[in-house]
Amino acid sequence: MLSRQNSQRIAYILITLAALVVVLPIFYIVGYIVVQGASAINWEFLTASPRDGMKAGGLLPAIVGTLLLTLGTAIVAVPIGVGAAIYLSEYAGDNTLTRAIRIAIINLAGIPSVVYGLFGLGLFVIFLNFGTSILAGSLTLGIMTLPVIISTAEEALRAVPQSFRLVSVSLGGTRWQTIRRVVLPQALPGIITGVILGLERAAGETAPILFTVAAFFLPRLPQSIFDQTMALPYHLFVISTQVPGMPIHIQYGTALVLLFFVLSMNVLATLIRRHYRRQRVW
Amino acid sequence: MRYRKVFPTLVVFLIFVCGLILNGCSQPATSSAEAPTSAIQNKGSDTIVNLALAWAEYYRQIRPDVDIAVTGGGSGTGIAALVNGTVDIANASREIKDKELESARANGIEPVEFVIARDAIAIVVHPSNPVDKLTIQQISDIFSGKITRWSEVGGEDRPIVLLSRETNSGTHVYFLEEVIRKGDSEDKTLFSSDTLLLSSSEGIGTEVRQNPNAIGYDGLGYVTDDMKTIAVGVSPDQPYWEPTVETVNQGHYPIARELYMYTAGEPQGQIKEYLDWILGPEAQQIVLDLGFVSVNGD
Amino acid sequence: MKLKSVSLFEFLIERAIQVAGISAIVLVALIFLFLIKEGTPAFFEISLTSLFSARWYPIEDYFGLLPLIMGSLIVTIGAAVIALPLGLATAIFIAEIVPSWAREILKPFVEVLAGIPSVVIGFIGMLVFAPAIRVALDIPTGLTAFTGVLLLAWMALPTIVSVAEDVLDAVPKTYRDAGLALGMTHWQVIWRIVLPAGRSGILTALMLGVGRAIGETMTVMMVTGNAARVPLTPRDFFMPVRTMTATIAAEMGEVAQGSPHYHVLFAVGLTLFVITFIVNMAAAMVVFRQTKRAERMLS
Repeated sequence: MLSRQNSQRIAYILITLAALVVVLPIFYIVGYIVVQGASAINWEFLTASPRDGMKAGGLLPAIVGTLLLTLGTAIVAVPIGVGAAIYLSEYAGDNTLTRAIRIAIINLAGIPSVVYGLFGLGLFVIFLNFGTSILAGSLTLGIMTLPVIISTAEEALRAVPQSFRLVSVSLGGTRWQTIRRVVLPQALPGIITGVILGLERAAGETAPILFTVAAFFLPRLPQSIFDQTMALPYHLFVISTQVPGMPIHIQYGTALVLLFFVLSMNVLATLIRRHYRRQRVW
Repeated sequence: MRYRKVFPTLVVFLIFVCGLILNGCSQPATSSAEAPTSAIQNKGSDTIVNLALAWAEYYRQIRPDVDIAVTGGGSGTGIAALVNGTVDIANASREIKDKELESARANGIEPVEFVIARDAIAIVVHPSNPVDKLTIQQISDIFSGKITRWSEVGGEDRPIVLLSRETNSGTHVYFLEEVIRKGDSEDKTLFSSDTLLLSSSEGIGTEVRQNPNAIGYDGLGYVTDDMKTIAVGVSPDQPYWEPTVETVNQGHYPIARELYMYTAGEPQGQIKEYLDWILGPEAQQIVLDLGFVSVNGD
Repeated sequence: MKLKSVSLFEFLIERAIQVAGISAIVLVALIFLFLIKEGTPAFFEISLTSLFSARWYPIEDYFGLLPLIMGSLIVTIGAAVIALPLGLATAIFIAEIVPSWAREILKPFVEVLAGIPSVVIGFIGMLVFAPAIRVALDIPTGLTAFTGVLLLAWMALPTIVSVAEDVLDAVPKTYRDAGLALGMTHWQVIWRIVLPAGRSGILTALMLGVGRAIGETMTVMMVTGNAARVPLTPRDFFMPVRTMTATIAAEMGEVAQGSPHYHVLFAVGLTLFVITFIVNMAAAMVVFRQTKRAERMLS
């Protein structure tokens, strides 16, 4: 029979191994992509259009496309998401309607990304006749991002101590004035963190944009929201599975650019959260 | 208020983003004289997509006022888009089916067919595979699952891993009808359910290049030097032919097909000019450069 | 706190906020209705026996959903089974074992994992991981259910780790102190007190991980081989499979609107929606019951 000390040691070793299995591949994957893809990164790669069957040239249309879609997602998801979070945190009572809203949010969060793509195709592309367009893609990605933004924004709003609200009311403020001038500014860093994390996910998604906006190759940049656009995640998928003779370092370079774009948003969000957590007045 | 410190950062970020976009937007303006009204939408076969892309790029140099947007997705996708009226030119590596013709006509669209190149379907295996030649019957049995080990066709004792294009691919449909069913329209044999359906030609290439058990099929334009092609014969007592431009043009290679572009009705204006150019010598030279066979038969 | 709004502007803003609030319900209902609208015709156009047959080959009108459902199931369950212990262990590692400076480094790292796009993981899986598996296990191809399971488990980890961390945090300090006072080692406290107390939270983590795994599209599309075969024996675990999500992504572009194939793909999407709905509701109910119990205990 193992002594208690020995069972503890064995358990701890196993747990450490498990944690390593989880954490080490992160380094490996990111490191591998950096090493393999770094050779492809140069100024031309980031600012020129692809040429020679996309085997040479750059990623500009895909980068711009992803930026536009991220912007579009923000325009759709942030007002509705933050608004809903304000409702849940400041206005909603403990009744059936509120419970129904929370159930709905949980469900929206769980819907597979490809089902959002189907929905976007059926409603925005076909039914509302927007066609495959930045508009359709942004709306689809925006709805997909809503649950993340609502959850994190509500958490940020709830974290603001009740005393702040009471002070505002005691000075004669209405509910909206309290929110606008006291609660919201205090919660803003948390909300921004949540928004960035939500947008980070939207920027990296492929399935929702497959049928709603993504284009294989466009000769010029999109001119209106009814245009299609190239996008980094779809571009990576296409060049790694559909173009023969694609130089391997260009594939890794594209993966690197996408990874960099997404992870820098992650880092930004973490930095904001950390900075403002230290500066909090409560 | 603390948020005033975040605000400037956001503003700077947005300005940066807008700057990037505007910078990108200004680039094509220097290379095109006037902005065209809309792009020619060209969609469909993944076999043809790289050819279509090369054509579109080349055509931009001689006609910078015409924009052509190229997308893949498979022959089925292109034809479906033609039926739905969302594309100008559909690329297809198989003929349009009767069902699709009916659907198109029901939408008031009369598809017009153009043969724009020829192609051989190469059977590819890993370079270390000792098997050199197979008959159509053997290939059919392999892909329908009746033959499962390489030893049954003169190779090593390894399992055969079947690679195929997805069902939306014209190449897939062509292979099913002409090779697995040997051209018999009454035959109902299917691909073995163990067949891996890979999302595109390059997916097949990736797997074949590193898996000695694999066998796949694809257009000649997708065969690279690190794959091995199998010589195909109609029957054991007939000669076996490697897939090359010459054997296709001489009519020897048994698995050869035509590549099509379909338009909605007779083409007019810019679309007509583009198609005329495609059938001309410049474009057909590009066909040869990419490993396909030109329609002019040289 | 009932406050009166003073101006028209405020009135409008507050109405807008209320609208935003119920938007979640509206959207879920909209998605559900749309999937029903486009998906149910499939049940009229194709017989039920055909839908549950074992052959999925839509271009020849074989619409058997069985291989797809089984494919999704085997990959999801496999991923959950692997991810739960690994995620728990990592959460324990981060929360209980490492010193706090290491905690501050590790937590962001796990979040980095959550941020890696699925297409990038599928990309590496296809180019690096699958060939390695093929060689290491000496199987015909590396594009298998097993490969998908490993990658999916890894992708579901951040979800499970963060929920497990919350669970471990929520166990009251008094519980731990009681164990230590009785002379238990730290590990015994974790294994015999903390984990059982967090039972329902761990169940929630499992269900959320399952929900994440079943909905994954790009990774499985790039590494599972997409062969529509019904996995029946353990050996099939190392053979290719085709999931529901990969099928929709691969075939949606090619369908003519209104065709039976179009309707069946929407029906598959509807099935996915219903499954994730049930799983998420179950997870929410568990949390709800647990908060109720905690409230009862603390009052």
